[in-house]
Amino acid sequence: MAEAEVISLDEARVRPARGRAGSSRAGTPKKTASRRAVPVQRCHATTATGTVCRNRAKANGFCAVHQPPPPRDRIGPFDAARVNELLDLARRRVIGDYEVDQFGFDPELTERVFLPLVQPMHRRYWRVEWLGLENVPSEGAGLLVGNHAGTVPVDALVMKFGLLDQHPAHRHVRLLAADLAFRMPFVGPIARKMGNTLACDEDAMRLLESGELVGVFPEGYKGVGKGYKNRYKLQRFGRGGFVSIALRAQVPIIPVAIVGSEEIYPMIYDARLLARAGGLPYFPITPFFPLLGPLGLIPLPSKWIIEFGEPIPTDTYAPDAWQDTMLLFELTDRVRDSVQQMLYTNLTKRKSVFL
Amino acid sequence: MITGIGRHLGAKLAQRLEADPDVEAIIGVDLEEPEFDFDRTEFVRADIRNPLILKVMESAEVDTLVHLGVIATPTRVGGRSAMKEINVIGSLQLLAASQKIERLRKVVTKSTTAVYGASPRDPAVFTEDMSLRARPTTGYAKDAVEVEQYARDFGRRRTDVALTVLRFANFMGSEIETPLTRYFSFPVVPTALGYDPRIQLIHEDDAVDVLYRATREDHPGIFNVAADGVLLLSQALRICGKPALPVPLAFAAPLAGALRRFGVVDFPRDQLHFLVFGRVADTARLKDRFGFQPAFTTRQALEEFVSGQKFQRLVTPERAEAWQQDVYDFLRRKRDEAATGGRRR
Repeated sequence: MAEAEVISLDEARVRPARGRAGSSRAGTPKKTASRRAVPVQRCHATTATGTVCRNRAKANGFCAVHQPPPPRDRIGPFDAARVNELLDLARRRVIGDYEVDQFGFDPELTERVFLPLVQPMHRRYWRVEWLGLENVPSEGAGLLVGNHAGTVPVDALVMKFGLLDQHPAHRHVRLLAADLAFRMPFVGPIARKMGNTLACDEDAMRLLESGELVGVFPEGYKGVGKGYKNRYKLQRFGRGGFVSIALRAQVPIIPVAIVGSEEIYPMIYDARLLARAGGLPYFPITPFFPLLGPLGLIPLPSKWIIEFGEPIPTDTYAPDAWQDTMLLFELTDRVRDSVQQMLYTNLTKRKSVFL
Repeated sequence: MITGIGRHLGAKLAQRLEADPDVEAIIGVDLEEPEFDFDRTEFVRADIRNPLILKVMESAEVDTLVHLGVIATPTRVGGRSAMKEINVIGSLQLLAASQKIERLRKVVTKSTTAVYGASPRDPAVFTEDMSLRARPTTGYAKDAVEVEQYARDFGRRRTDVALTVLRFANFMGSEIETPLTRYFSFPVVPTALGYDPRIQLIHEDDAVDVLYRATREDHPGIFNVAADGVLLLSQALRICGKPALPVPLAFAAPLAGALRRFGVVDFPRDQLHFLVFGRVADTARLKDRFGFQPAFTTRQALEEFVSGQKFQRLVTPERAEAWQQDVYDFLRRKRDEAATGGRRR
């Protein structure tokens, strides 16, 4: 009995179907054959340790412990309870019954609506390979520092939703973005609802102090808006502001190398005049945009590899170390080198840009 | 002495102070007679811009001044310039007079979190001593910035006076009437297309509570006063059960102008920015120094406002629940019909 109780429910649920289908699994028929002499019907279920349960079976072929769950109430192909839960979600959204934090972060909307929308992109379209996920802490604050590329900052979003999807703790990354993002209609509020905020010391400190995982891309526009010929060449890592924040908050810095984002919108020319006219930091001309019009907006299906490097601890420094500008430069270079190294290593792992 | 007693906040504060036996006398100053009942508050019809105010303060031996006579909307006083006159010049004169009152020990002034402005270039959460990138340049917010400046100047000249500046978030509750409560009472609420600001409120009772504490206790400094929690405007409208009417930003200002002209609502221009980019202030200092915990969260303040209103609601929680049940039952019925129908055939 004690052994029987450790069986996972899933297994008990899977087994009956197979058993009824003619017990085609290799191990089961042999066992039942050797027991054929015994008139008592034995239970069909397999225990967690792989042996067959030997309890006396009831009419449906399973013992009291291994009773299959009652057939679930279904609506069409869906589970009725799940349908009701979705309706419940819809109802709560309609009457405003959900929480957002100070920054306007709406976790429910992010998990239930945005994530399913982004999932096929990183899972199927770009086939992201995740390396070093164990370097991202499961709880507590951390500062993710990555390379930025691809003309449109989708790499940040892929990293964000990838960690929510792939990390064992399903962590939310709070990205720091330029003010341009929050000034734009539609983009601004969505960016906030996903939990992102303005790249400034105050907001970063507030997030880190409340134990959040913060993502920052110190290259900024210089990284996203660099031409295709400069791909995977890290630009200047800002002025070391991110290191100063990490030192002040005493949180580890986790370098992140994103391979693949450079090829989604290969920018072959930066139309500076157009950019200036539109008040934008750059105006990309790719082989397909604006030539193919809206079709040119479809990103290319490059193969992505995202690696999280070994965390660089900052709590070993004195509390006022963030005022030491030389140390800031030194640490900035260390992070930058680490990202650049990972980029080179992972680039060689790809068979081609698309595979 | 309380200025601006003719208005909700001042009157409520006076009533609170009346219940306190340690408060010897309460003098309320305003241009209009208050519509509230007082037990022992003396009402003085006086203009704070008039030097006579000094005589009033001297004869009443005022030791605490609560300056609430700063107004947010120009309609009631007849235009923006009159409003500025009352707010800025009034405060200047009042503080000049106060400087001469030897007995004065405490000054509490009402300000607003609008002094932080609202812009996508500023941090998400404002603390009291943040240096800002986008200072407000119009309307009430600008007045408030100037009044605060005069208050600080006064504080420098009279270091023996405890000066408390309270920056309130937008007031909300079932009794108070502000441009924002009018806005939420519209049958269809215009919003800025493509924007969804974060809003933070303070319940009127909590506001009075903080004013009372600031008057009775010593808490010099600048404090943000706001409820816990943040709502998005879209979320707030859902709680109100109101349909939103998204208006492109280019038409927002003319629309607000038209609403003002037709006397529907007097929505100050600077508040439009608030309804586009939103604003949230940090209240850690208030909680720490006052030891104050607001009784209402932002959501509760709004809900209390909604329950006190009789306006038409398109969606109520009860109705939404009924809809959910209807849809669920419909789906199950369809399924059952399909199942039995299949068997019959």
